[in-house]
Amino acid sequence: MSEYILDVTDVDKNFGGLRALSDINLRVKEGTVHAIIGPNGAGKSTLLNVIVGRLAPNRGRVLLGDQVLTGKEPHEINQLGVARVFQTPEIFPELSLLQNVMVPAFAKREGIFKMNFIKSLFSEKEVREHAEHLLDDVGLISQKDNIAGSMSRGDKRRLELAMCLGQQPKLFLLDEPTAGMARHDTNRTIDLLKRIKERGMTKVIIEHDMHVVFSLADRISVLAQGAIICEGTPEEVRNDPRVKEAYLGGESE
Amino acid sequence: MTNTKIVSPKQDLIFMAILSVVVLTMPIWLQPFGAAYPDLMQKFMIFGIFAIGYNILFGLTGYLSFGHAAFLGVGSYTAVWSFKLLSMNVIPALIFGTALSGLFALAIGFVSLRRSGIYFSILTLAFAQMSYNLAYSVLTPITNGETGLQLTQGDARVLDRMAGIEADASLPTPNLFGIEGIGYSGFYICAALLLISFFIYLRIFRSPFGLKLRAIKSNQNRMGYTGFSTRPYLMTAFVISGMYAGLAGSLLAVTDPLAGAERMQWTASGEVVLITILGGVGTLIGPLLGAGIIKYFENIFSAFNETVLLNAFSFLPDWLAHPVAAVVGLFVGEGWHLTLGLVFMLIVIFLPGGIMEGISRLARLITNRNKAEPKSGAHENKEKEQASAGEV
Repeated sequence: MSEYILDVTDVDKNFGGLRALSDINLRVKEGTVHAIIGPNGAGKSTLLNVIVGRLAPNRGRVLLGDQVLTGKEPHEINQLGVARVFQTPEIFPELSLLQNVMVPAFAKREGIFKMNFIKSLFSEKEVREHAEHLLDDVGLISQKDNIAGSMSRGDKRRLELAMCLGQQPKLFLLDEPTAGMARHDTNRTIDLLKRIKERGMTKVIIEHDMHVVFSLADRISVLAQGAIICEGTPEEVRNDPRVKEAYLGGESE
Repeated sequence: MTNTKIVSPKQDLIFMAILSVVVLTMPIWLQPFGAAYPDLMQKFMIFGIFAIGYNILFGLTGYLSFGHAAFLGVGSYTAVWSFKLLSMNVIPALIFGTALSGLFALAIGFVSLRRSGIYFSILTLAFAQMSYNLAYSVLTPITNGETGLQLTQGDARVLDRMAGIEADASLPTPNLFGIEGIGYSGFYICAALLLISFFIYLRIFRSPFGLKLRAIKSNQNRMGYTGFSTRPYLMTAFVISGMYAGLAGSLLAVTDPLAGAERMQWTASGEVVLITILGGVGTLIGPLLGAGIIKYFENIFSAFNETVLLNAFSFLPDWLAHPVAAVVGLFVGEGWHLTLGLVFMLIVIFLPGGIMEGISRLARLITNRNKAEPKSGAHENKEKEQASAGEV
């Protein structure tokens, strides 16, 4: 077992003639928070899509611990322990909050497919209590019987966090978890994410909000035009001239 | 809203008990409506089974199949063959009819479920039409083509002969160990099967399996990133609903041992879609209500003919009675589908959730009015009743 939980090696992704990712190498240590930042269109979401199996890379490979993720279906990758929150929350809008959290919890217990008309009626109570606990964690317990689709965007995002946390993933990918949240909600989410960090869950986080990045991340990678231009601790990245250039549009020229 | 609250098993049992009483006392309370004769009540039961099975697929997963009549037809043909070859007892007929439809659904589902949305609907429609045409022409040795498959004196009936039951001069009727499949006893056989089917359907609705199906309907994309493979779940739902249709088809053969290809035509597939939407897609008892209402009005309206209409309008002056009867005549008798179409349009436009949505809207209206009034004990009770009515 390598010391890295996530190991992305030489990944290229092209869309037609457009090179969205080139030569991406990314290693994330177990139990750390790794932030990926970069201007719009830098390829941050594409990279996450490659990791979770939504997109197949043209070259390179992705490892989770010792297991190869490249070429697997999204549900298989999830079962290996990768959970993701999306930039626009992907929840079950017609179901209640409680049901939303129960579904992934069942997936964690049962695997890819299981017929259960009777047996898991017994485990259902356990799953429900677990789900209630998770909703309590993200501060949504008072609304547990409401329909998820009617919530505000910030609440949907927190619900999605609870859904992923219920699976206790080895690797948790967050695509702008605080976008569209009010300051107060953002701080609550940061607190929540810090608490998970204590539990030793590895996270890769894409974020625009530098307040969030610098209060959470152990390491930061900066992505620009499909390539990683700089990687290091928050202090190193903050002072790196290449980063300023990428963000401010080539002032030094 | 429906289906999001957690219902205790005890409430479900009470609900089943109430439903059983309602169904089993049908011969009594349907009398004032003029619908308490066995033929029609059997139809209520059979199409009820067909519709709840269809609702497992359409209501829970959102996959709109336009080919479920194929399974109904397979069930009917299999049941008649079981009568011909094995025994007039309904048990083998029902078992084989249901099982074979299940296999048939497995094959069709395997191909159709590779696509979703409109493409899935078209694929199922194509398969059903293929089955219909095959039954009508190429498969004539099995289906007896245009004439339809029927019993004859010379049928083998191996099991019956072995048990020493010989048919007399008249054609034998399907029976359950001597209890006839027609008339009131036939109704009770159908009613018992409806209640059993409904209980299983209720369990599916409440089980984690049902929750996962609803999650697929709600957001299939998220389902994948949640670690579930959606195909096997959809497949299971498709096969189960195919088996319900097969059971309904075999029951049609029990009440009238004759199977024709028209049972597989697309209009028959369309009818179950209509029944489900009219009652309320995805609601627990909506499809049962839809089946009852459509079959009842089909029966009433198609019985009208010109003489009946002229009698009804005889209070009008002669020169008016004839044109009025002619216009109304378009909507009854053979033309009853015109009425059905109009009702369907009204429902889809004004009550997309079907009759069940109408009922819960009414319930909400009344509860809100009650809340505005000063509260009394009686009112609170009423509210509880309506709240529970809204849940089912």
